[in-house]
Amino acid sequence: MNIELFSQYLVAGLTYGIIYSIVAIGFNIIYNTTGIINFAQGEFVMIGGMTAVTLYNFMPMPLAIAAAVIITMIIGALIEIVFIRWLVSPSVLRMIIITIGISIITREIALHVWDEKVRALPYFTGTAVTSISIGGVHISPQVIWVVGICTLVVLVLNFFFSYTLLGKQMRACSSNRNAARLCGISAKNMVTLSFVLSAGIGALAGCIVSPITYVQYDSGTGLAIKGFTVAVLGGLGNSMAAVAAGIILGVLESFSIWIMPTAFKDAISISILLLILFVRPGGIFGNKEALSLKEF
Amino acid sequence: MLKIKNLETSYGKLKVLRRISMHVSPGEIVTIIGANGAGKTTLLNTISGLVPAASGEIQFSKENIFNLSTEKIVFMGCSLVPEGRQVFAAMSVKENLLLGGYVLHKRKQKKILDQEMEKVFELFPILKEREKQFAGTLSGGEQQMLAIGRSLMAKPKMIMMDEPSMGLAPLIVKDIFRVVRGLRDAGNTVLLVEQNAKAALGIADRGYVLETGRIIVQGPSEDLLANKDVQRAYLGREVE
Repeated sequence: MNIELFSQYLVAGLTYGIIYSIVAIGFNIIYNTTGIINFAQGEFVMIGGMTAVTLYNFMPMPLAIAAAVIITMIIGALIEIVFIRWLVSPSVLRMIIITIGISIITREIALHVWDEKVRALPYFTGTAVTSISIGGVHISPQVIWVVGICTLVVLVLNFFFSYTLLGKQMRACSSNRNAARLCGISAKNMVTLSFVLSAGIGALAGCIVSPITYVQYDSGTGLAIKGFTVAVLGGLGNSMAAVAAGIILGVLESFSIWIMPTAFKDAISISILLLILFVRPGGIFGNKEALSLKEF
Repeated sequence: MLKIKNLETSYGKLKVLRRISMHVSPGEIVTIIGANGAGKTTLLNTISGLVPAASGEIQFSKENIFNLSTEKIVFMGCSLVPEGRQVFAAMSVKENLLLGGYVLHKRKQKKILDQEMEKVFELFPILKEREKQFAGTLSGGEQQMLAIGRSLMAKPKMIMMDEPSMGLAPLIVKDIFRVVRGLRDAGNTVLLVEQNAKAALGIADRGYVLETGRIIVQGPSEDLLANKDVQRAYLGREVE
């Protein structure tokens, strides 16, 4: 393998990796405030992408994307309010099964609202064949968009959780729910907010990757599995580790093409997920003690 | 300040509190003593709305707070320092205090928030030194101070403390109790739950003795300290 091909694989791996990280961060935000894995996270990505494609027929792209993100956030809030909020001290298992149900229902509704056709937003700049050459590596401008926007999202989230009172309230809730309530913080509102935030991040990811990966009524499932793998790989609840884990998975997948047929790409991530769950259930960056304190 | 009448709480079929009636007047320290499993923590958690009550009445500063949400009760000025400290471990000491003052922040009383923070730092100078440290890295005693400080940040009308001496060295316990007394002297109202009956009755004005969910004795602290049953059961003193 020459150096150009190597770099090409690396860039492809980074791109997918960072997309997985964003989906994983969506998982982590909800996990942190509720302790559950929201298996409908991939559907947020799908709804975001599909809505943006539809709205793009009526308005310029930036507006369509913004509207799609906001609509998905509202859907996220509604899902939480209708299915989760009113439950009186629900068990973790019950909530997880609810999210699986939501995921199936959402997919079916999407099939009726749209259809089974594959859609995509056009490339943000240039077309599918435009490329920028950096040191002999050909990069699609869309890749730069994806990496740029995802990096921005991670930075903004980091700022939000570290420096704003609202972010601190959410962290307080995830650290100790009852203690947060004793400070007068409404834990229920924080859970709704975490669904809104996850939905928004998922939708944004759905919009920016749709030119590369396309979007379809059931494309959320695949992304959710990758995102979940990354979240577990990094250690559930740890968003910064998710970025590193996402890049690791993306690059591994990308280089697997070199030695295995492309069709086995997804098998790689599933094998990694199984391996991690067997060997290091706390994730590569997680520690054992923290894990033993968690509910599952 | 606080008035409770015939309060009952159960976990499923198990009755934990039976017909509890008690009151706390402004400016006094009232203590609830009793053995493990007597229902002390449940009583405080019921008052602050963390555990739903089955029946009875709870009035706080003349308003009915029976089965209101914890958040509302805190906003009305009734704070709880929970058992086992429960600080936000992965957040800094300052962030912990800031969140404690969330009530003031919501009322847009930023100035008072700053003043309260100063007061807490005056009360516990060690917290000022450790301002930027993660709360989880503090020692047990410091975490207890932080938990008390966090509750004080809301400028409560009444502060409830659940076993502030639990798991702490005797010297630090002394410190904590001195602070509790200081709070009362500064005009605060304190409801103190303790297993360390001797120390608690030492600083309290009045006390209630809780046994298997019932109040069996009540009265001024001196009377309880002199009560033979209380002495035998809770003060570890042989009575001939």
